[in-house]
Amino acid sequence: MSISRRNFLGASAAFASLATLPGGHVLAQGARGITIAYNIPVLSWDPTTGPAAVNPVLQAIYLAVFDRYVDQKPDLSFGPGILTDWGFSEDKSKIHMTVREGVKWHDGSDLTPEDVVWSLERAANPETGNPIQFVWSKIGNIVVAGQNITADVLEFEPAIFKWMAFLTGFVMPKAHYEKVGAAGFEKAPVGSGPYMIDQFEPGAFVRLKANPNYWGRAPEFETVTIKFVTDAASRVAEVVSGSSDVTLNIPYEDYNRLIKTEHLSGTAVPISDIGMIFLNDIDVMKDKNVRLAAHHAIHKELIIDRLLKGYGVPLSTLDAPGYAAFDPSLKFEYDPEKAMELLAASGYSPSNPAKFKIQTTRGFKPKDFEMIQAIVGMWRKVGIEAEIEVYEIAKHYELRAADQLAPAAFYNWGNSTGDPSTSTGFAMFGPSPHSVWDTPDLIEKIGPLFSEPDEEKRIQGYKDVSKYIMEEAYVIPLLQYAMPVVYSSSLEITPYSSGDLLPQAIRSAS
Amino acid sequence: MIIRSFLARFFSTLVTLFGVAVVVFVLVRIAPGNPIAMMLPPGATEEDVARLRALYGFDKTLIEQFFVWLGNVIYGDFGTSITMRLPVSELVLQRLPATLELSIMALVIALVLGGSLAVFGARFRGRAQEVGVDISTGAALSVPDFLWGLLLILAFGVAWPVLHISGRVDPHMDVDLTTNFYFFEGLLLGDFALVSSVLSHMLMPALALGLPLAAMIAQLLKQSLKEQLDQDYVNLARVRGHGETHVILSEALRNAALPTLTLIGVQFAFLIGGTVIVERLFAYEGLGNMAIDAVINRDLPLIQGIVLLFAVLFIAINLTVDLTYSLLNPKLRHD
Repeated sequence: MSISRRNFLGASAAFASLATLPGGHVLAQGARGITIAYNIPVLSWDPTTGPAAVNPVLQAIYLAVFDRYVDQKPDLSFGPGILTDWGFSEDKSKIHMTVREGVKWHDGSDLTPEDVVWSLERAANPETGNPIQFVWSKIGNIVVAGQNITADVLEFEPAIFKWMAFLTGFVMPKAHYEKVGAAGFEKAPVGSGPYMIDQFEPGAFVRLKANPNYWGRAPEFETVTIKFVTDAASRVAEVVSGSSDVTLNIPYEDYNRLIKTEHLSGTAVPISDIGMIFLNDIDVMKDKNVRLAAHHAIHKELIIDRLLKGYGVPLSTLDAPGYAAFDPSLKFEYDPEKAMELLAASGYSPSNPAKFKIQTTRGFKPKDFEMIQAIVGMWRKVGIEAEIEVYEIAKHYELRAADQLAPAAFYNWGNSTGDPSTSTGFAMFGPSPHSVWDTPDLIEKIGPLFSEPDEEKRIQGYKDVSKYIMEEAYVIPLLQYAMPVVYSSSLEITPYSSGDLLPQAIRSAS
Repeated sequence: MIIRSFLARFFSTLVTLFGVAVVVFVLVRIAPGNPIAMMLPPGATEEDVARLRALYGFDKTLIEQFFVWLGNVIYGDFGTSITMRLPVSELVLQRLPATLELSIMALVIALVLGGSLAVFGARFRGRAQEVGVDISTGAALSVPDFLWGLLLILAFGVAWPVLHISGRVDPHMDVDLTTNFYFFEGLLLGDFALVSSVLSHMLMPALALGLPLAAMIAQLLKQSLKEQLDQDYVNLARVRGHGETHVILSEALRNAALPTLTLIGVQFAFLIGGTVIVERLFAYEGLGNMAIDAVINRDLPLIQGIVLLFAVLFIAINLTVDLTYSLLNPKLRHD
C-alpha cells in the first residue's frame, strides 16, 4: 500500500489528537445518555441458562433488557411485571396467571401468553441447563386461554411467584429464540425490557438504547453505555475523571472521599446481601458453649464502624431487615464476659483456648479477610484460637457442596426475594448442598416449611426456626451489607434493596 | 537438511502442544473449585447436581473427558464456553487481535524508548547522562507493569485526563470492520477517528507493559554497544572521520543488536503473558481479561482454549526469533 500525502497528514492528525483529547467530564455522554462503570462483564445474554443466570450482580443489566414474570420494587416488595395477576387456587393444586396486553418484543413483535408458557416450559426442561430448573419443574400441564394461563401444581412451592421475580425468572421470546438458536441469541438478544441492545463488545461494554415501545415508565436516557470495569481503582478513576457518570461497589473509603467532591453524589443503602460465618457440625463446634461463645465475642458494631466505615447493619439472624421473616425482637448480644463463662464451662480459657480453623475469601467482599482477622482477635481475648485459611470463592462452593468446610467459614449470602426459604431455609436445611449445619433437629424444623401452604404459618415458622438457630448458635450472622453507588451530581438514582443498579432507575436530578 | 530440520521442529512443536494440553487439562480439573458448584442455586438437590454434571460432560472419567476433548480439538472444535455459551475457538480468535495489537504497541514503545536510551547512554558513556539512563532504567525495571498502570491512570486518566482509562475504543463509536484488528484495519482504511480512539485507549496499557521491557532493552543494548565501541572496526570508522553518533548508529548498532534481539523474543512472549493483569486493570477486551473471567467462573473449556492459544503464540514467537537470529547472524547462517 502506498502512503499518499493525504493519508500521511491524516495519520499525523490522529497522533496529534492524542495530546488534545478533551479530558475530564466531556468524555461521558451528553444530556441524552449516561455511562456506567460496572463491576463485572456480561458473559451471556441468556438470563435463564448457565452460570451467568444465577450471578446476582448481572441481574441489573438483564433487568434493563428483559422483563421478569413478576416485578420487584426497590423495597423488595412485588408488583406486576409481564404478569398482571397471579396466585394459587384455594386448594393449592393449580396456579393462575394473567399476561399483560400490549407488550412488544424489541423486534416489534407481540409478547404473547405463548411466550410465557414457552419460557416456563423451557425453564423446567432439564436439557436447557436452567440452574433453577428444580423450581420451575414444580408446575406443569400449562394451558392458555386468552391472556390467562393456568397450570397444575406438581409439587407445592410456596415461593414460586417470588422466584418469578428472582434468578432466571425472565420471559424469553419464543419465536426469535427458536429461529436463531442458543448461539444466535447470544449474538442477537431480544427482550421486552426498557432498553434494547444497540452494540455489545464482549468484555468491554454494552451500549443500550431506549425501547420506544416499552410498556412501563419510559427510561429518561436515550442511551446508556455500561462499561465493564472490573478493577475497583479503575472504576473510581472513571467517575473522578468524568469518563463515567455512575459506578458502584467501590471501597467505602473511596466512597466517603468521592461524595465530598462537588460534582459527585452517592448512596449506600443496606441491601439484601449478608455476611455470615457458617459453622460446621464437626470437631469443637459440636460444643454448644463454644458456638455461643464464638458468637457472643464478636463486636459487630465495631467491625462495621471501623472496617466498613459505618456502612452495614449488624444481624442476629440470617433474616435481614426487609426480609419477610425478619423479627426485630431477636437480638444476640455482644457479651465477651459471657463468652468467657461459656468457654470456662467447657474447660477453655485464654491460656487453654478452644482451637479450630476458619476459612475466608480475601477481597471477594469488602473487607472480608480483615473482618475475619478482627474476629479472630476478638476470639483470642475470650479463649478461642482460630487459624485463618484463605481460599477462593470457587473453592468455598466446592467444599460447601461436599460438606467439607472447616468448622467455621465466612460467606456472604444474597437473598433478593427476601423470602426466608432462600435464606434461613436453604442455608440451614441439611440436605441442601448449600447448608453446612446438618443436625436432624434442624432438618425436622425446616423441612415442613418448604411446603407449608399457610403463608402466615410459614413465615411464623421461619421466625421460630431463626430464634432456635440463634439460641443454639448453629450459624453466626454478622451484618447486612450496604451497596456504595457514586454518581454525577446531575443525576438521581433510586437505590434497590436487592443491590441492583438499574439503568432505568437513573434520572436527571430535579 | 532444511526439510529435516523443519520436520524435527514441527514434531517437537506438536509434542510440546500435546504436553501443554495434558498439563492444562489435568491442572484445571484438579484445581480447587468446579463450575457446577459455582452455579448451584439454593435448594439444588443431588439430582440437580448430577443433571448439571451430565449436561456439561463432567460425569465421565477424567481420561474419557480428555480424549473426548482431544478428539474434538483435532477437528478444530475446542468446545463451548460454559459461561458465554459460544464456541471457544470463536471467542479466543475474537479477542486475540486486541491482545496482539496491545502487545505489538507495547513492543514498539519498548523498542523506541529502550533503543533511544541505549544509544543516548552509549553516546555519553562514562558521563552524567549515562548515570541518568542507568537510574531511569533501574527505576522502570523495579516497578511492575500493573503499578505502572495505576500510576499512568492517576497521571493521564485523572490528574490530566487526556487518555481513556478503560476499554479499547470509544463506546459511542460505531465500529464496522472486517477483522478485530481495530488499529491496523483502521489505518488501512484511513479511518483516523477510529485509529485515534484506539490509540487513546491503548496507549496507557501499552506503556505499562512496555516500560519495564524498554528498561531491559536499554540496559542490554547499551552494554552491547559499549563493548562494540571498543572494537577495531569501530575505531577505523572514527579514524575515517565519522562522528560518534554516526559510528554508533551505522557501525556498532547492527552487531550490538543481536543479543538484544534474543532478549526481545523471549520478553515479547512474557509480555503477552503480562497482558493478563494489565488488560484487567484497563478493562481492555483482550485474551488476558477473558482468561481471568474464565478462571473466576471455572469455565474449563475456555481456560483450556486460552492457555493452548498462549502456548501456540509462545512457540510461534520463539520460532520467529530463532529464524530471525539465524538470518542476522552470519556464523549461524554458515553453520
